[in-house]
Amino acid sequence: MTNPLQALGRRVLDALRALGHNAVFFGELLRSVPAALRRPFLVVAQVHAIGNLSLLIVMSSGLAVGFVLALQMYYALVTYGAAESLGLIVNLSLVRELGPVVTALLFAGRAGTSLTAEIGLMKAGEQLAAMEMMAIDPKSRVLTPRLIGGIIAMPVLAVLFSAVGILGAYVVAVYLIGVDSGNFWSIMQNGVDVWRDVGNGIVKSFVFGVICTFVAVYQGYETNATPEGVAHATTRTVVIASLAVLASDFVLTALMFTH
Amino acid sequence: MPSETHRPHAEPAGSDALIEVDHVSFGYDASRAILSDLSLSFKRGKVTAILGGSGCGKTTLLRLIGGVYAVNKGAVRFDGEVIDTRNREQLYRLRRRLGMLFQFGALFTDLSVFENVAFPLREQTDFPEAMIRDIVLMKLNAVGLRGAAQLRIAEVSGGMARRIALARAIALDPELIMYDEPFAGLDLISMGVAANLIRTLNDVTGATSLVVSHDVAECMTISDHVILLATQGRIVAQGTPAELMNSTEPEVRQFVRGEPDGPVKFHYPARPLAEDFGVTL
Repeated sequence: MTNPLQALGRRVLDALRALGHNAVFFGELLRSVPAALRRPFLVVAQVHAIGNLSLLIVMSSGLAVGFVLALQMYYALVTYGAAESLGLIVNLSLVRELGPVVTALLFAGRAGTSLTAEIGLMKAGEQLAAMEMMAIDPKSRVLTPRLIGGIIAMPVLAVLFSAVGILGAYVVAVYLIGVDSGNFWSIMQNGVDVWRDVGNGIVKSFVFGVICTFVAVYQGYETNATPEGVAHATTRTVVIASLAVLASDFVLTALMFTH
Repeated sequence: MPSETHRPHAEPAGSDALIEVDHVSFGYDASRAILSDLSLSFKRGKVTAILGGSGCGKTTLLRLIGGVYAVNKGAVRFDGEVIDTRNREQLYRLRRRLGMLFQFGALFTDLSVFENVAFPLREQTDFPEAMIRDIVLMKLNAVGLRGAAQLRIAEVSGGMARRIALARAIALDPELIMYDEPFAGLDLISMGVAANLIRTLNDVTGATSLVVSHDVAECMTISDHVILLATQGRIVAQGTPAELMNSTEPEVRQFVRGEPDGPVKFHYPARPLAEDFGVTL
């Protein structure tokens, strides 16, 4: 009886220790935010590396999701004679849920793995140790600008995902299915609230940006400095960030959209 | 037992010692000691070579001096000040006075040669751009690579990378320069160039140099003092290069002459051969 209990206790303690380590690490990054902001060119470079270079995959995915969503929703709505609500349904789905969540999952896969691998290889190549020996804090010089860059880039990418998705849905709805163009836009305009729907979607994507970027930089920094270590760290980034995004999405949705 | 001239003890700490290692014990985990009760001192303005086989704790010793790891027991003093790895402010203040050449250079692969050398200057000083440019070109000139300033790191050879890393390590004119295996993987010409550079830089700048290496011949040529370490940081011998080269101690002779067997065994401890292969001899 003792052994399973001991094992359970050890696992709980390990989990708590890991959680505490994450919290302390996050606190250290937050403390170096003012220093990183005093050198905006470092942050701008990261917004470009993380954001601009993710544009292609995010926007093409947004377009594809918009196409499919319009088709699927139309065939479901037309059964109940509610095909004119297509624009509204597509818009709400994108700005409230699909935009932030799918963008975050793509972000974890594209930018998150890139960040983890980059930082992990810097560690393996002793670049971070070299900085330490030069009395330069790698957290402040390398990690925090990337964290800020990710947090800035993520909501912008999510907005672009939703915007392109809506345009994709418009093309399918109006030119393929034959929904009235004016109706598509007007019902959307009437049914979508800027603060409640669009604003909450942006808040969600901001939170997901913090989660994805933090997980990526943490995994990169804490990786074993070996090829296998970097490979495992990049995999962990995708798995942990994706699960954390999905879990926090449920909590945020419950807080934002329930009466 | 080592001879009297090569006594394996710490030299008495005095004002001429920049670094003092005082009864230091260290292990990466509790089960395996890397250094055990090691005491050493490194004199100002001298080139000291730390020689020894793989795994004897040479690189670990450099990292303890740099405050990368905390000692388990004892103390490391830099200019009389005990290095406390928990005191980040003190650690960074001391690190600004030292430069380190990493075994594989540890150059920033996303920056050019020029930017690599300029990196500590940009981060640690508020020098104007023109001054940074002049200092970087002077340092690159010292290592013979002024003409390679605009190359990317991917475009330079291993030997060049080591020299660029050296230029970066001396960018802020440190009091202490630590070299971790500066000759590893270099061809004979590059090795000679690197050895001359270490000696010349030390003489010109008046810095204190610690060289960790396996390369006996080069270290004997450029060093003022040589320390030979064995496993767990045991000091086998120390003295001038001539004293070690002329030593009659079997362990010292084996190492400086590169003999395959002797007091230091070639084979890692193992079960009898017959037992492993299931045969009767």
